[in-house]
Amino acid sequence: MKILVPIKQVPDTATQVRVAADARAIESAGITWIISPYDEFAVEEALRIKEKRGQGEVVAVSLGPDRVKEALRSCLAMGADRAIHVNDPAFADADTLTTARALAAVIKQEAPQLAIFGRQAIDDDMGALPAQVAELLGWPSLYWIMEEAIAADGASIRAGRQVEGGLEVFEASLPCVLAAQKGLNEPRYPTLKGIMGAKKKEIKDLKAADLGIAPEPPQLSVARLESLPPRPPGRVIGGDVHEAVRELVRALREEAKAI
Amino acid sequence: MDFALTEQQELIRKEAAALARGFSLDYWLEKDRKAEYPWEFVKAFAAGGWLGMIVPEEYGGSGLGVTEASILLHEICAAGAGTSGASPIHFYMFPPLPLIKHGSADLKGRYLRRIATGEIVLSFGVTEPNAGSDTSRVETRAELHGDRYVIQGRKVWNTNAQEATHIVLLARTAPRDPAAPFRGLTLFFADFDRSKITVREIEKLGRAAVDSNEIFIDGLEVPAGNVVGEPGSGFYHLLDSLNPERIFTAIEAVGIGRAALDRAVQYAKERIVFDRPIGRNQAVAHPLAQAWARLEAAEAICWKAAWLYDRGRPCGAEANTAKLVAADAGFEACDVAVQTLGGYGYAREFYVERLWREVRLYKIAPISQQMVLNYLSERVLGLPRSY
Ligand SMILES: Cc1cc2nc3c(=O)[nH]c(=O)nc-3n(C[C@H](O)[C@H](O)[C@H](O)COP(=O)(O)OP(=O)(O)OC[C@H]3O[C@@H](n4cnc5c(N)ncnc54)[C@H](O)[C@@H]3O)c2cc1C
Repeated sequence: MKILVPIKQVPDTATQVRVAADARAIESAGITWIISPYDEFAVEEALRIKEKRGQGEVVAVSLGPDRVKEALRSCLAMGADRAIHVNDPAFADADTLTTARALAAVIKQEAPQLAIFGRQAIDDDMGALPAQVAELLGWPSLYWIMEEAIAADGASIRAGRQVEGGLEVFEASLPCVLAAQKGLNEPRYPTLKGIMGAKKKEIKDLKAADLGIAPEPPQLSVARLESLPPRPPGRVIGGDVHEAVRELVRALREEAKAI
Repeated sequence: MDFALTEQQELIRKEAAALARGFSLDYWLEKDRKAEYPWEFVKAFAAGGWLGMIVPEEYGGSGLGVTEASILLHEICAAGAGTSGASPIHFYMFPPLPLIKHGSADLKGRYLRRIATGEIVLSFGVTEPNAGSDTSRVETRAELHGDRYVIQGRKVWNTNAQEATHIVLLARTAPRDPAAPFRGLTLFFADFDRSKITVREIEKLGRAAVDSNEIFIDGLEVPAGNVVGEPGSGFYHLLDSLNPERIFTAIEAVGIGRAALDRAVQYAKERIVFDRPIGRNQAVAHPLAQAWARLEAAEAICWKAAWLYDRGRPCGAEANTAKLVAADAGFEACDVAVQTLGGYGYAREFYVERLWREVRLYKIAPISQQMVLNYLSERVLGLPRSY
């Protein structure tokens, strides 16, 4: 079974994000880049499916600038068989729909039985791609997946999706799109051998033209990024405890209107 | 000149850091408090194949160099593990090197695979009560009886001896000749036979998690086939441990310094005294900046030494210099960190005091600062020997 895993490279969760001078992007200098954590669940699940079935191919895909190669290399170190890098300045301003069109084009070329996404990227938290790609392909899509089992004949899948207080179990025919939720699995750390082997695996570079698409101007563009206003300083109520408690209750009731 | 890591080294750095950072500062605090060997940590690295880093590929390892091992040890220390985490791992990096470089095919075949998997736990027996800085004074004797040596003597400061399965052991096989004091020493790769070796733990200032011991060897039998390299040339083979060990401990000191500095810088930004973050006072900021600069400079000489070693070039001056400047830079960074945290710097739960206690070791071992300066005076500057 061939499984395609689209991944996004995002700033490390510990990054102190600063808005860039043009107020349309974040300051990228000094950022440590990582694979979006939900995408790691996706890679892990793809590897487990392959291992369980005893055969198959896991292909990691990413759209983005040169730095994205590093994230793809990490997927290869985890055990993905090869990678595809859609690397074209024409995609510099891509919105989710443009990205979805590019990924759908890759999926059409590769013809996998399964595409596993993370449920959202942790940088812009859009969560739109799995549905958009599925729509473009005419495939079913299952979001927030906590568990899955593929039928022995590889024709269908049962997948459990987290809902308030329980699990909703769906059945879908393959090919289909899955979007991984935290809890699906515990991603592995690459082994040293995996890291050494990653160098020998292929990362294929693709341009828009190779996919037979010409990116259109984005329909969605960032107008402005604003930092959150600094939190107003707190207030310390001092003095006699009885007085202070009375003042605290008054302030909570009359000023904050919290009680 | 190229200061960039290769793509593969960069991936090693990133993944080693991720694995090491999976073990929290509280994990290490607990290990230190309970004086418990960090098996979970060692097993995680064993499972990932990291322990076989420098073991050649034909023996199941990855055949990487001292440079890559240094990258790994730096990340372990920068993650806050300190020597508690680095020592168990570096025992898979420098003690096996003489075996890898000078061992017979038979000896390598018998042991290297089991080192790479972590099945073998090594101890390193060089220092003795009467042979510390002056290794030529080793008194432990090995006598050949037929096809086996019988070893008698004592060693001190043996890390790992509580659980070691094997020991890399230096012993005299010929009397000390003052004209050639380092001849007549032989290096053994021996089973840690507990019926012939008694172990006594030494309580110490730091790194309680990883034991240090005195060992008493009484009639340990070692097959002649377990001599590493040539009998009588053991000290020269051992140099393939000693120089890498200096490079490793140096880069570890840098990593430990960075871990402490990171916490101190964070604290200096957050701690408000006299209505301002303490880091706004230059008396607080400058020592932190100074510590950073010294760590950077020390790190650079570590990479140079590793680069030379991996290319088979002489690296004694650089490995020793790295140890000298990194031990100082690492200790100063930890000391500045303790000072920056004020009273809390002295409290265990703020983590930096453990790093301070642990990094102190590297001014003493594996070679003291004074002995490095002796080496540089004599061997590099050509000054007359004073002792
Ligand atoms: C925690 C720990 C772990 C260790 N692990 C191991 C291990 O696994 N295996 C192992 O074999 N060893 C190990 N060692 C031993 C370590 O290598 C020695 O402690 C070190 O080499 C110093 O030897 P010494 O302690 O005998 O000091 P000494 O040689 O007694 O020196 C004492 C002091 O005198 C100074 N000094 C001596 N001669 C001179 C001179 N001519 N000029 C200037 N100064 C001089 C030294 O610099 C030092 O400050 C470990 C030590 C420690 C503390």
